[in-house]
Amino acid sequence: MSDLETFRLETRAWLAENCPPKMRTPMKTDKDACWGGRNWVFQSEDQKIWLERMATKGWTSPSWPKEYGGGGLSRAEAKVLQQEMTVIGARSPLSSFGIWMLGPALLKFGTEEQKLHYLPEICRGEIRWCQGYSEPSAGSDLAALATKAEDKGDHFLVNGQKVWTSYADQADWIFCLVRTDNTGKKHHGISFILFDMETPGVSTKPILLISGRSPFCETFFEDVKVPLENLVGERDKGWSIAKYLLTHEREMIGDISINKSLSEIIADRGYTPGPMLRAKISEYETDEWAFGQTMTRMLMEAKAGASLGAKSSMLKYYGTELNKRRYELLMDASGHDGLEWEGERSNDGDLARLWLRTKGNSIEGGTSEIQLNIISKHILQLPGA
Amino acid sequence: MALLLNDDEKMLAESASGFFADKAPVTQLRELRDSNDETGYSKSLWAEMAEMGFTGVLVPEEYGGVEMGFMAAGLLAEEMGKNLTASPFLSTAVLATTALKQHANAEQKTKFLPQICTGETVFSVALDESNKHNPASMTLSATPSGNGFKLNGTKCMVIDGHVADQFIVFAQTDEGLSVFIVSADTDGLDIERTIMADTRNAARLTFTDVDVTGEQTLGQVGAGVDVLDTICNAGRAMLAAEMLGASSQVFDVTTAFLQERKQFGKIIGEFQALQHRQSHLYCELELAKSAVLAALTALDAGADNVGEIVGMAKAKLSAVAKLAALEAVQMHGGMGMTDELDIGLYLKRIRVAQELLGDSDFHLEQLARNKGY
Repeated sequence: MSDLETFRLETRAWLAENCPPKMRTPMKTDKDACWGGRNWVFQSEDQKIWLERMATKGWTSPSWPKEYGGGGLSRAEAKVLQQEMTVIGARSPLSSFGIWMLGPALLKFGTEEQKLHYLPEICRGEIRWCQGYSEPSAGSDLAALATKAEDKGDHFLVNGQKVWTSYADQADWIFCLVRTDNTGKKHHGISFILFDMETPGVSTKPILLISGRSPFCETFFEDVKVPLENLVGERDKGWSIAKYLLTHEREMIGDISINKSLSEIIADRGYTPGPMLRAKISEYETDEWAFGQTMTRMLMEAKAGASLGAKSSMLKYYGTELNKRRYELLMDASGHDGLEWEGERSNDGDLARLWLRTKGNSIEGGTSEIQLNIISKHILQLPGA
Repeated sequence: MALLLNDDEKMLAESASGFFADKAPVTQLRELRDSNDETGYSKSLWAEMAEMGFTGVLVPEEYGGVEMGFMAAGLLAEEMGKNLTASPFLSTAVLATTALKQHANAEQKTKFLPQICTGETVFSVALDESNKHNPASMTLSATPSGNGFKLNGTKCMVIDGHVADQFIVFAQTDEGLSVFIVSADTDGLDIERTIMADTRNAARLTFTDVDVTGEQTLGQVGAGVDVLDTICNAGRAMLAAEMLGASSQVFDVTTAFLQERKQFGKIIGEFQALQHRQSHLYCELELAKSAVLAALTALDAGADNVGEIVGMAKAKLSAVAKLAALEAVQMHGGMGMTDELDIGLYLKRIRVAQELLGDSDFHLEQLARNKGY
């Protein structure tokens, strides 16, 4: 038996023993996810146990090195773990911007001290992070950001405002792009810093979205003192970290992991689409299939050593536009049912709210138009792009 | 899943790329067209393709082939697509070969497969009967006569039909759809060459009391649907691969044009109205490439759902290749409308390839039926 097969059997056995039955049921809404953090109230004892057990194995971040709280798994082993979890329907033990975003940046740009300090608490779900990127006047033009961090000798003094900060009102710490120099070009003079959201001068205000939900906040900084050692990477050169993370984020947003196909959902609910809608659905399903094959191919190319580079913009652009199409078609097929906004039957308008939420997919993390600009410039090498 | 090429396949792709660019570039198609060539393809090219092993790419070694599989055949089709190479590759080396390999008896294989490898025999498949591909409604009849059958009816869009030595003919018998191998010089078979928009050839065939014997049956009488599936799956995947080559080529040419053409004192590639369209097309072509690789892989693996996968690939490529051709014409402006540029030749070939063995609508309809909505 190969090592990988042995690993699979061991993993299967461990999951069978350690994943509580309630954690093997599908999440009904995003409220069922476990985000962790200082103020987290576990939904159930099972949710708590599941996080603790997985964190002890290092499997909340299976492929990070063990010394930083990860599982030290190879890519192939991590995939086996994912597969075995899918087989039993195990929920992800922890949803975390620390794992998805800050971690990869720290692993690449952080000092040893920073890695040892921040990564293990991310893996254990002790600190919940948020991302401070966009500002009211720096959306698509992110490098125009103006939040100021002045060097006061032993600390940065941070003043300014962020917007679209996901779950800032529930986060413990923020990783934040700030301007440390405004004398040169806009991409220069940006720094990447970390600080506690409980620091005096930090305040947040949720933004009510068209879906009726508030996953994002405005975040304000007024004379916030941040220790100098909380700088990640080189001062004034934070743009390269920002770009690295954005690329990472784009691959993630583009990865529309779909549990159920559109045709299955339609069949489950007994809807009978008319001929025009049928045509759109089969066109969509063909594109979704081809996109899935492309994701797989890109992963294989990356594994074979080719850098994904600007192709992540293709995945972000196409994946998010597909997801929007998917929800438009679901709304079309659902008709009156899909319009329900409140009440148990519709799970408080789950479909309608998700449909509205997807409209942001092609805006956040760089709009579709920005992705097309990136492809034009870096892949097609068109002038002036 | 083999969405990446292995070393053998990379080598084949490289040698095929050089071969077709050198021996069968677009200028050859123009020469064939402008000289009103009687055959519509270059016999010397076909002989060289045989020497290279391309005609026998799907033929087992025991019959003189190199049997490299569908992925390899697809790579060849892609290169031919890039160069608009006119040859009986699809009809003979793909459609007929897969039908013979999978369904012929030992005698038929021994007789025909080596002739395909050497390039001496051109095969053509007589399938369609109406303006749209619709294999479920074939009516050409095979009525019992002596110890054989008499064929009566018509076929159209028979690719390479006017230069074929042998036909694989689909006909209805009392037992159901059946398939016969019919020689081109058989009495009662009338062949009318039809030159199509892509300057390649097809034919209309009229069968009037054409006698066939039991020995000419391909597979069991009444089991023609199996042969049909074999042929259609292979053919659709090859057409998808060919369209990938053709659309990638027009895309590259158009990107280069956007990088150099000037209007209003600017390179037109600076205009975002064009940048975004071309970038969108880039994404579509990446999906198209994945679709083709997945279809060829499924064919080689003999996947259970190969028909569905190949159908989706054909649907996707028909749509993407069409978009690529249309955008190429539009972005080239007036020049795109001229015969001087090759763009129009690609537009025309892609239009034909879109239609062959089922267009996007045909395959999307099949998909909807399979999935039950």
